[in-house]
Amino acid sequence: MNRVVEKEYFSHAVVMLVVEAPRIAKSRQAGHFVIVRIGQKGERIPLTIAEADIEKGTITIIVQKVGVTSIKLCNLEEGDYITDVVGPLGKPTHIEKVGTVLACGGGVGVAPLLPIVEAFKKAGNKVITVLAARSRELIILEEQMRNFSDEVVIMTDDGSYGKKGLVTHGMEEVIKREQIDLSVTVGPAIMMKYCTLLTRKHEIPTVASLNTLMVDGTGMCGACRVTVGGKTKFVCVDGPEFDAFEVDFDEMLLRLDSYKPSETEAYESFQKKYQKA
Amino acid sequence: MNEGLLEFLKKEREQEWRLELRSRVKNKERTLLERVHMPEQEADIRNKNFSEVNLGLSEEQAVLEASRCLDCPKPTCITGCPVGINIPKFIKKIEAGEYLEAASVLKETNALPAVCGRVCPQEVQCEQVCFYAQKLDKAPVAIGNLERFAADYERNSGNISVPKISGRNGIKVASIGSGPAGLAFAGDMAKMGYNVTVFEALHEIGGVLKYGIPEFRLPNQIVEKEIENLEKMGVKFVKNFIVGKTATVEDLQEEGFTAFLVGSGAGLPNFMHIPGENYIGIYSSNEYLTRINLMNAANPEFDTPVISGRNVAVIGGGNTAMDSVRTAKRLGAERAMIIYRRSIEEMPARVEEIKHAQEEGVEFLNLHNPVEYFADEKGTVKSMKVQKMELGEPDASGRRRPIPIEGSEYLIDVDTVVVSVGVSPNPLIPQSMEDLDVSAWGTINVDKENMQTSIPDLFAGGDIVRGGATVILAMGDGRKAAAAMDRYIKGKVRNILSLIKEFNTIGEILDFAR
Repeated sequence: MNRVVEKEYFSHAVVMLVVEAPRIAKSRQAGHFVIVRIGQKGERIPLTIAEADIEKGTITIIVQKVGVTSIKLCNLEEGDYITDVVGPLGKPTHIEKVGTVLACGGGVGVAPLLPIVEAFKKAGNKVITVLAARSRELIILEEQMRNFSDEVVIMTDDGSYGKKGLVTHGMEEVIKREQIDLSVTVGPAIMMKYCTLLTRKHEIPTVASLNTLMVDGTGMCGACRVTVGGKTKFVCVDGPEFDAFEVDFDEMLLRLDSYKPSETEAYESFQKKYQKA
Repeated sequence: MNEGLLEFLKKEREQEWRLELRSRVKNKERTLLERVHMPEQEADIRNKNFSEVNLGLSEEQAVLEASRCLDCPKPTCITGCPVGINIPKFIKKIEAGEYLEAASVLKETNALPAVCGRVCPQEVQCEQVCFYAQKLDKAPVAIGNLERFAADYERNSGNISVPKISGRNGIKVASIGSGPAGLAFAGDMAKMGYNVTVFEALHEIGGVLKYGIPEFRLPNQIVEKEIENLEKMGVKFVKNFIVGKTATVEDLQEEGFTAFLVGSGAGLPNFMHIPGENYIGIYSSNEYLTRINLMNAANPEFDTPVISGRNVAVIGGGNTAMDSVRTAKRLGAERAMIIYRRSIEEMPARVEEIKHAQEEGVEFLNLHNPVEYFADEKGTVKSMKVQKMELGEPDASGRRRPIPIEGSEYLIDVDTVVVSVGVSPNPLIPQSMEDLDVSAWGTINVDKENMQTSIPDLFAGGDIVRGGATVILAMGDGRKAAAAMDRYIKGKVRNILSLIKEFNTIGEILDFAR
């Protein structure tokens, strides 16, 4: 049982939770994630660690309401408990001084991107960050990103904040004027796919942090498997980060929708119950 | 069997009550009795529910079966038991009607008798070397069924005895993993007075006993009870803790843990790497069973989903394959199929599991091998291409090698596939310890005599050493490791004491420490 010590709404659909987990706070590195479960009948879902405070013994996770479990999480208040939190899982991000890093985050993918940006900056790189979302209220962690980036480019689909356009438009603008040595992309699978198409065209080495379905998160089940370089890899133990040029994003997109029909059904019945209560 | 043990068993056998029991019925009459059949749920009913298939022996049945045992002067059955249960003694206690006593005999050497009585492959262990099977060519004494009877009797009586604990020594030891190796280890170490903590990565204790073996073969509630017993013996359980990730072995050493057992299991499922294997609806058996057993996915009240279709193909011929296919049948599959590349004789699954599966309406497509999967536009598997096989010369495993028959391929409609072709060792612990000696297959190398790894404070047992074996072999490893760890720690303490003796003053000790 892990207590929620702080909660903040970034928007009506995106919530930040600071959770007591002293061991994880101490052991985690950039790129790591945790698995959480809400209630004795809950499912296990992976969430990336955005920040950690070793002294307070807390980790920060950022959740977007998309399904039953994420809504349950977002409904927790300060003082409530998360039934299970386990981690840190996955391999940490490979950090080194490469020169200029172009970091691209979309939606809540910006949360896992934050520690990566921080680590690359601290390793002596120039970091240019592109944050993208549908609209102004979905742009998160801008201030924190500015702390560790040499430049932050904001893109919104509707132009309500920053520049109007997709993440790739923002990237292209940077690529035109800068020599980029490495690109990191974290966000919805479809976004990462298009980011990778762009960087491949410009021959910029790219790392993608994948967010697949998982059950145990320790290599036991294989729910998270993806094809990388023609071979099946497990995101939980071989990843979550891979050479983006080698990732079969189309297969990943299909697998992410494995439970779409039952998820929609579960979501609707959950909403009904929730509205009644 | 070693001399000392034989001598001990001989003395026990000469005790008054054993003599009296033997004199009651002549051996000739005992051997004329037929093996008592384990009552089970009707196949057509049980394949629609998750209740246990085997119902357990009644008292009368158990006493009758126990009276078949001849209480041999040289009980070979014990040599067939990986945890060395005093088999004739517990069986004779049943014959004498002292069922609680029988249970406590079991618990002298076995931390999980109710589990072992259900899932051990007795037919290739104790029962295989029973006098009846060896010399009389008759069905062996039903040792497993009797073990289950005694353990169940005790549990249902509410008089569960807690094994005696020797004086507590306060020395902290840990098991990494709460599966059968870890639990057997924890039981023995607690009995010897150690302060034992068991770390588990998942949110429930029990490892494969919980996530792997289905309810109809091993109800979770039985595992829970055995874990409660260990708690009563002082064993501490920590869930959601991955040693090597949440904290390292070094961190735990700093927190006072002296020695460790790695029993982290064979947690990495194998796939066949054939085209289409990542389509939706294709699971590893680990994932399929975990969703259903651990996460309760078949119950609509639980959040975890599972796709269990009308046409389910399970690839493989082991116990896990049988568990998966029988689960699929229970979840309403019209066709629940085993696809296995050799013939039924070569199947590694227990005979009982194969028989139960057949009775429940599982189809066996032996000498068949999948070669490719096909999906609809959403990426969901819809059919598979299989190839027929024939058997050639024996291979390294001694089983006849399956050879594909050219041109024999055909399509089978499937909407769920469960790949159950073995597991590889979980890499988390080996990855987190550079100095650990690991084989090319990823298993941890140990000294077979004492289960010690290349790092002296670290012992290992179960599937992380064996690569993929049985519950009881893992438990045997756990027990062996516990005995060896006890000797190792005592040796360490002795060394420290002898060092201290050489010092004359506290000052000398402090100088040495600096």
